Amino acid sequence: MTRLRTEPNIPDGDGFYEELLELHQGRSKEESDSINARLILLLANHIGDREVLREAMKAAADTGL
Amino acid sequence: MRIFETPLYPYERSPDQDAAAPARHPVVVVGAGPAGLAAAVDLARRDIPVVLLDENDRVSYGSRAICFAKRALEILDRLGCGDEITGDGVTWSRGRVFFRDRRIYEFDLLAEEGHRRPAFINLQQYRLEELLVRRLRDLQSEGRPVELRGGSRVTKVEPAADSVLLTVETPEGPYRLEAEWVVACDGAGSTVRRELGLEFVGQVFEDNFLIADVTMKADFPTERWFWFDPPFNRGQSALLHKQPEGLWRIDLQLGPDVDREEEQRPENVVPRLRQMLGDDVEFELEWISVYTFQCARIDRFRHGRVLFAGDAAHQVSPFGARGANSGIQDVDNLVWKLERVLRGRSPDSLLDSYDAERVPAADENILNSTRSTDFISPKSETSRLFRDAVLNLAETQPMARPLVNSGRLSLPHVVLDSPLQSPDADGLPGRTRPGSPAVDAPVDDGWLLARLGDRFQLLAVGIDVPDDEPGLEVVGLPARRHPLLDERYLGGAPGALYLLRPDQHVAARFTDYDPERIAAALRRASAQETDDS
Repeated sequence: MTRLRTEPNIPDGDGFYEELLELHQGRSKEESDSINARLILLLANHIGDREVLREAMKAAADTGL
Repeated sequence: MRIFETPLYPYERSPDQDAAAPARHPVVVVGAGPAGLAAAVDLARRDIPVVLLDENDRVSYGSRAICFAKRALEILDRLGCGDEITGDGVTWSRGRVFFRDRRIYEFDLLAEEGHRRPAFINLQQYRLEELLVRRLRDLQSEGRPVELRGGSRVTKVEPAADSVLLTVETPEGPYRLEAEWVVACDGAGSTVRRELGLEFVGQVFEDNFLIADVTMKADFPTERWFWFDPPFNRGQSALLHKQPEGLWRIDLQLGPDVDREEEQRPENVVPRLRQMLGDDVEFELEWISVYTFQCARIDRFRHGRVLFAGDAAHQVSPFGARGANSGIQDVDNLVWKLERVLRGRSPDSLLDSYDAERVPAADENILNSTRSTDFISPKSETSRLFRDAVLNLAETQPMARPLVNSGRLSLPHVVLDSPLQSPDADGLPGRTRPGSPAVDAPVDDGWLLARLGDRFQLLAVGIDVPDDEPGLEVVGLPARRHPLLDERYLGGAPGALYLLRPDQHVAARFTDYDPERIAAALRRASAQETDDS
């Protein structure tokens, strides 16, 4: 039973995406990597549901390359 | 002469050395560290004749175990030396965490109330050993059958049909002993383990750690300080911990591939410590050593008539104080079983449960200490990225603090599926479910654990039970008189019965009195139940 929300859920997706890019604007790779790591930890804590987190980690790893 | 320089049990010739045939003993314990000494004390208290062999003649030298957790202290209470050991220790609850050049947060581990013993104490291992030796000597002078043979190194172990032959090297040459049972507590480099050809399987960590014990001249707060990546030890970690008698333990991670001799030179250590402690703190070096560690265990802790306990059975990283604490818990689990088997009260299959119960405990300790090690000493760029992210967040975001892992306090292992346990009753508190050690609580003017002995017993709270349960001592207490007892043992129930094992672990519990079910649970808990029909 999957609990990770995979249907679109972010209002104004384009606006969110722009903010995400702005966050990294003009930063070094090292700075960006650190910010991303902190972001993952903050969001993971907010979600707090181990099953959802596990599904998200799996979905992230299974997609793409 | 200081205690670790004093021969406490110098070699003396034993009549066994002049015997025509190897003398036969019910139990031989190999190794007089914390686990071996605790085993010998527990056996002697139970009037089981025991010979304790140690290659040395004194307590351990240098910086070894330092932190003893509540469960270990409760076991030492049962062994009759908890007051001395707890009294000599230092208790602490406050700590600080540093990252690079910043103090990122402080914490206070507020202990839960209603326990006789604190969550942990700090005490030098040699002091604990000294107090255990003293306890053993007291038992000896009471006429208990225990012998401590120093300067006696086991060199050969030969399992036979109903015994084990040991060859013991002494200053006057070797002799042989026959043991019905051998308890191997001879440490991480166990000779007994090697002699039986048993592999120690696990992960070796390549990091070197330098330990220094220092005496501080001035007051320094009784706190645990932990540094990640500090200016005085770049890319590594450091730990400062208090011990009794103005002594402080300093742990510096050195990384892999270091020149151990060079690192230990005072001229290299002192400037670093000065940077760590501040220029105005005067200190004196007691000793310095460099160590590495592994997280590993043998496949099974029982091999026929040889039972492994402590570091001989499993080794963990020092983070989380799980070495000596788990060794003492091994012994707590083992000795009553050995007694029952030796007295013919239980079949020797009872000893298989030692394996079934303590192997998962070792795995839990290895898991915890490996996780701490991975946090303290990240093994890849990405793991360092997340580690640093946690530490950076921890300064301002409380959510990150529980993720900071500089060692997790050793808590007793709860056995989830032991062959000795009976199914749980409904509606009673989770923390005292079968497989848990009895939880302490204030009772009248004293403590619950002090009321419990070291035999099978039935703790009856709020339920009347006849005093003549076969094979059981009854400890009866009223309900609704001791709030913490009610909270920990009854929850919302009007009364409950707890079948407690000789190691004070819950084997079964009930909400009503049914002698048949109690007797069945007792048979099961002592491995006497051969069929369920």
